[in-house]
Amino acid sequence: MKIKAQMAMVINLDKCLGCHTCSITCKNTWTNRSGLEYAWFNNVETKPGVGYPREWERQEKYKGGWVLKSKGKLELRAGNRLSKLLNIFYNPDLADIDDYYEPWTYDYKALTQSPEKKHQPVARPHSLLTGDPLELKWGPNWEDDLAGAPETGKKDSNLRSLEEKVRLTFEEVFMFHLPRLCEHCLNPACVASCPSGAIYKRDEDGIVLVDQDACRGWRFCMSGCPYKKVYFNWQTRKAEKCTLCFPRLEAGLPTVCSETCSGRVRYVGVLLYDADRVQVAASPVSERELYKNQLQLFLDPYDPEVLAQARRDGLDEDWLAAAQRSPVYKLAVEFGLALPLHPEYRTLPMVWYIPPLSPMMQVVNSGQTEAESGEFFAAIERMRTPIEYLANLLTAGDTETVADVFKKMVLLRQYMRSKNLLGQDVPVEDNPWGLNGAALQEMYALLALAKYRDRFVIPNAHKEKAGDLYERQGMTGYDPA
Amino acid sequence: MGIFWWAIFPYLMITVFVLGHIYRYQKDQWGWTARSSEFLEKKYLKWGSVLFHTGILLVFGGHVVGMLIPEAVTERLGISDKIFHTAAIITGSTAGFITLAGIVLLLVRRVSVKRVRKTSSFADMLIAVLLFLVVSMGLFNTFGFNLFVKSSFDYRATIAPWIRGVLVFAPDPGLMNNVPLFFRLHIIFAFAIFGVWPFTRLVHVWSVPLEYLGRRSYILYRSVGPVAKPVKEWERASGDVG
Repeated sequence: MKIKAQMAMVINLDKCLGCHTCSITCKNTWTNRSGLEYAWFNNVETKPGVGYPREWERQEKYKGGWVLKSKGKLELRAGNRLSKLLNIFYNPDLADIDDYYEPWTYDYKALTQSPEKKHQPVARPHSLLTGDPLELKWGPNWEDDLAGAPETGKKDSNLRSLEEKVRLTFEEVFMFHLPRLCEHCLNPACVASCPSGAIYKRDEDGIVLVDQDACRGWRFCMSGCPYKKVYFNWQTRKAEKCTLCFPRLEAGLPTVCSETCSGRVRYVGVLLYDADRVQVAASPVSERELYKNQLQLFLDPYDPEVLAQARRDGLDEDWLAAAQRSPVYKLAVEFGLALPLHPEYRTLPMVWYIPPLSPMMQVVNSGQTEAESGEFFAAIERMRTPIEYLANLLTAGDTETVADVFKKMVLLRQYMRSKNLLGQDVPVEDNPWGLNGAALQEMYALLALAKYRDRFVIPNAHKEKAGDLYERQGMTGYDPA
Repeated sequence: MGIFWWAIFPYLMITVFVLGHIYRYQKDQWGWTARSSEFLEKKYLKWGSVLFHTGILLVFGGHVVGMLIPEAVTERLGISDKIFHTAAIITGSTAGFITLAGIVLLLVRRVSVKRVRKTSSFADMLIAVLLFLVVSMGLFNTFGFNLFVKSSFDYRATIAPWIRGVLVFAPDPGLMNNVPLFFRLHIIFAFAIFGVWPFTRLVHVWSVPLEYLGRRSYILYRSVGPVAKPVKEWERASGDVG
């Protein structure tokens, strides 16, 4: 056993209102530079939809992530190392800038320097690549709140196997928001795809970074990442990606996207995992086992044996304490409410999502304060957002796991409702997850009340142990200038 | 002038080539990249890049065989002059046509596709033009010369010994006295490319990531903690994916 710490995030889709504050603050911090105008290290997609870049989930097209070979070994979907080198003159799987969007700006001078005219002056868009006037036909968030969904929505690969059910018509339509950023995977396909060895995973916190000095611009990381979260800076011709705001994390502060989230839906914390078992966990025959395998990788931060081994592996006391208080551990492991995004890519992603429970009352059609729990549970199957859709997104198609999460959330609501409105502490011990009143109370506190210090439990980096920092200039995702 | 072009100029260019690379490698790791524009334009690049790169590798091999192996060696191996030349013209022309098709596509793309043109540096344009000139003259010398001029010019008795002389620091400019114009221009422009090489995207040639094939692990970790070993050795494997 080799214990490592991983910075991880949970995003509560049940509370995400799609305001894009995370995207905007991230952009203003990291990608407001020429060459990266098109890049959104964090973006919020409306689902169903093809997303950004277009159809990023269609791995038949982009060949991202891993596949299990017949001998039970993992291989990159795009092919082995030799095939990479043979394709080095032209990467057939690369998404081009039109799959993201052609960046543009507006001719603001037309507004500010306009002489007095009969008609209102107009700021027209023009391309930041060519300077030509641009007729906008696609952008970073073209599908916001289902705009254009009748056209593009059907190409959403999560709708596979349920096209018959879902018509995306006005009466039956459903939607939710999906904020996306680099997953800082335990088994990152981008790292494996980089022939120059420029992308690496940090030992201390698991953050995946691009060494700007070592990157030679071969672009295999971009197609290798199944989440399409490595970007090509067309000015520097090198790869750039989300750094999980490590300069902030190192100082104990949450990422910019988490800090500025107006709905307070994000949680950041430490997870301990067994690095020796990563490959085994990523290699089950059935894709549906990936979620459970990944859960089993995470170690109980209260287990004395785990703590002893972690100390032997060089983890500091404040990190172990942070792991014990980690909201991510509670939500993902203890309560089992958060699920990984597309575990079938076999990268073991580390940004997890609490699925959105759409409004229950309409479905249950009671409007009463106290409904039979059976009625609520049955209603989950008839919810507006098809459970199959969420399962394709979060559990490789395993609807039972998603339904289980919903049942826990419904149980929590029932418990709190009767407590708040009727003043009764309804006994709930006979639920299949063994959640008692205290556990539900804790769950409630974390989901509904959690303050800044509860949502973000981030130990400082031990920079006093760092080696030659000058030597490392340029290796952490920034340009060295 | 013969002395300058055939005994001084090549060494000037080789010196700039060597020192330029050392300087840039030390000072500009950040700028050291293939400068790919595939992200901006894929359709023409697909054919242009694959044809050019395949062709230029074949052409490089051809030059090694044609220039560095003396006639005496091939004759002793039982390959007559005639067979050697015929083979050289056929394979050389084929490789030349592939390369020329590639560089023409790439150059036309660089100039005519506005996205690519607008995002090109001066060095990108310069190197595309130089390569086009050198490749087209090279192909003319191999294919066109035999087809149209029908002269019996023997580069193995003139250019080849001269270049071998250059490589051992004993150039004989006299060997180049009766070399036809386009052979001379081909050589001069080729050395010009060596001269600008370190300051252009061509540096990516030295970064072909062959080490990828021998990498112990797919997943690389680096530690922030103190390490005694140099950078490349930081890459520590954990769990092998094969």
